Amino acid sequence: MSNIPENLRYSKDHEWIAVNGDVATIGITDYAQHSLGDVVYVDLPRVGDKFDTHESFGSVESVKAVSEIFTPLGGEVTEVNDGLNDAPESVNGDPYSAGWMIKMKMANSGEADALLSAAEYEEYLEASA
Amino acid sequence: MSENELKRTALNEVHRALGGKMVDFGGWDMPVQYKAGVIDEHLRCRTSSGLFDVSHMGEIWVAGPGSIAFVNRITTNDVTKLVDGQAHYSALTNEKGGIVDDLLVYRFGEEKLLLVVNAGTTDKDFAWISSHHSTADNCTIENASSKFCQIAVQGPNALKILQQITETPLEAISYYHFSEGSVDGVEAIISRTGYTGEDGFEVYADPQYAEQLWNKFLDLGGFGSDAGILPCGLAARNTLRLEAAMSLYGHELGDDITPYEANLGWITKLAKGDFIGRQALAEQKEAGLQRKLAGFEMTEPGIARDGFDVYVDDEKCGLVTSGSPAPYLKKNIGLAFLPPAFTTAGQEIKIDIRGRKVGAVVVPTPFYKRQK
Repeated sequence: MSNIPENLRYSKDHEWIAVNGDVATIGITDYAQHSLGDVVYVDLPRVGDKFDTHESFGSVESVKAVSEIFTPLGGEVTEVNDGLNDAPESVNGDPYSAGWMIKMKMANSGEADALLSAAEYEEYLEASA
Repeated sequence: MSENELKRTALNEVHRALGGKMVDFGGWDMPVQYKAGVIDEHLRCRTSSGLFDVSHMGEIWVAGPGSIAFVNRITTNDVTKLVDGQAHYSALTNEKGGIVDDLLVYRFGEEKLLLVVNAGTTDKDFAWISSHHSTADNCTIENASSKFCQIAVQGPNALKILQQITETPLEAISYYHFSEGSVDGVEAIISRTGYTGEDGFEVYADPQYAEQLWNKFLDLGGFGSDAGILPCGLAARNTLRLEAAMSLYGHELGDDITPYEANLGWITKLAKGDFIGRQALAEQKEAGLQRKLAGFEMTEPGIARDGFDVYVDDEKCGLVTSGSPAPYLKKNIGLAFLPPAFTTAGQEIKIDIRGRKVGAVVVPTPFYKRQK
C-alpha cells in the first residue's frame, strides 16, 4: 500500500503538491518512486524557468528507465532541490520530504484547487491498479 | 501478449512470493527485480553472492558420431578444441556472417554436446539448426529446454555456498569447465560459468528440483542477513553483464551484426574449416570493418540508453546498444557501435540524450574486472 499523506494535493501523473500561499512544492509520490525503482539521476529545471500546466519540467531516471515529470500547475520555478544531484536516492527513501524537486510560484493559485485530494488520489490508484 | 500466455519457469511462484516484480521477457514471465531493488542486488552479487533463475535459457542436445563436425559447421568457434568437461562461448551465424544467436557449447563426450542458447531465441535457434541438419550429419538434435531448470549462483561467496551441498570438488573445476554431479542429492550439471563478471556456477537440473535447490542456496547464502545472498532479477543481471562488457542478444548481437563487429573475433575461427557464414566473415576481415563495438562512459551528467545516437564533431556516427548506470562502478556507462577510427580509448564522443548532446569518452572494456 502506498503512503499518501493527507495534507498534500496530487496529480494523475503521480506528483504531490504542497501549497503554501502562492508557492507550490512539487515532488513524485511514493507510488511513483516505487514503480520506478532505484532512482539514480534527477534532471531538474533552473530557477526562473517558466512552465505551463502539464509541461515536462525534467526527468527522473532509475537504473532501468527514464520518466518525464510534468508540471501539475503553471508558474515560475523559484527553487530546485540541488540535494538530489548528490542523493537522488532520496526520491525513493523520502519522496515527500528530502525528495522534493522544485518550488514554483503559481501563475494562478486557483489551479491548486483542481488537483486531487489524498482520498481522490488513493481512489485513482485503486481504479488504475 | 497477456500474462497467462507467458511461459513460466518452475520458480515462478517462488519469485512472486519473494516480491519479484514480474515482466514479460522474451515471452517469459520473469522477475525484473525483487524487494531489495536492482542496486542492492547488483552490489550484493559483486561483494557476496547473487542467485539467478536462468531456467528460461534454452538447452539443445546434439548426440551421435557426427556431433562435433555438425556443431563445428553451424558455429564460429572451434568445437574440435573442446575436451570432455569443457565448454566454450560461440555464435551461430547466418550465411552473411550475422549472429543468429550467441551460445555456450558443452562437450560431454565425443558424441554428446549441449548447446545453451538464449531464452527468447530458443525456438528460432532450434528451427535454424534443424534447417541445416540432415541425416547425413550422423547426429540427432533435441530441444531439451523444458527438461532443465538452471540456477546461477554468482559472486565471491558462490563457491563456498555450493560446496556445502556437493561432493564434487569445485576448486578443481576451471572457468568454462563443468562436471556432472549431485547437488543437495539432486543429479546436476555444475558449470563454472556465468554472466556477471564474477566467479560462480550455473547449476542445471530437473525442473522438479528447482525450488528445493533455490531455497537451499538462499538458506546457505544467508538470505535475509546483512551481507547474505540476494535473489537477483533481470535488471541486475543486465547491469552486471554490462559492467563486465558481456554482449546481450538483441543489443550488441543480432542477425545483421557480425562477430567481428561485436569484438568477438576471438570466437571466430576461420582456420578451422568451413562453417555457415565463414566466407562472408573472411571477406569482412579482409575488407575491414565499417563499425565496431566500443565501451564508453559519460563525462557529463546524463544516462545513455539503448538506441541513442552517438556524435563525433557534430556528425552522427554511431548508436548506443546498451546504456545504463553502473551500480558498482558508480558511473554511467554504455556500449555503442562506432566507426573503427573512433573506438580508441580517450576518443571524445557525444550522446544525444533526448535532444541534448552530452559528453562521453571511449574507454577500454570490460568496465569492471574482478580481482583474482
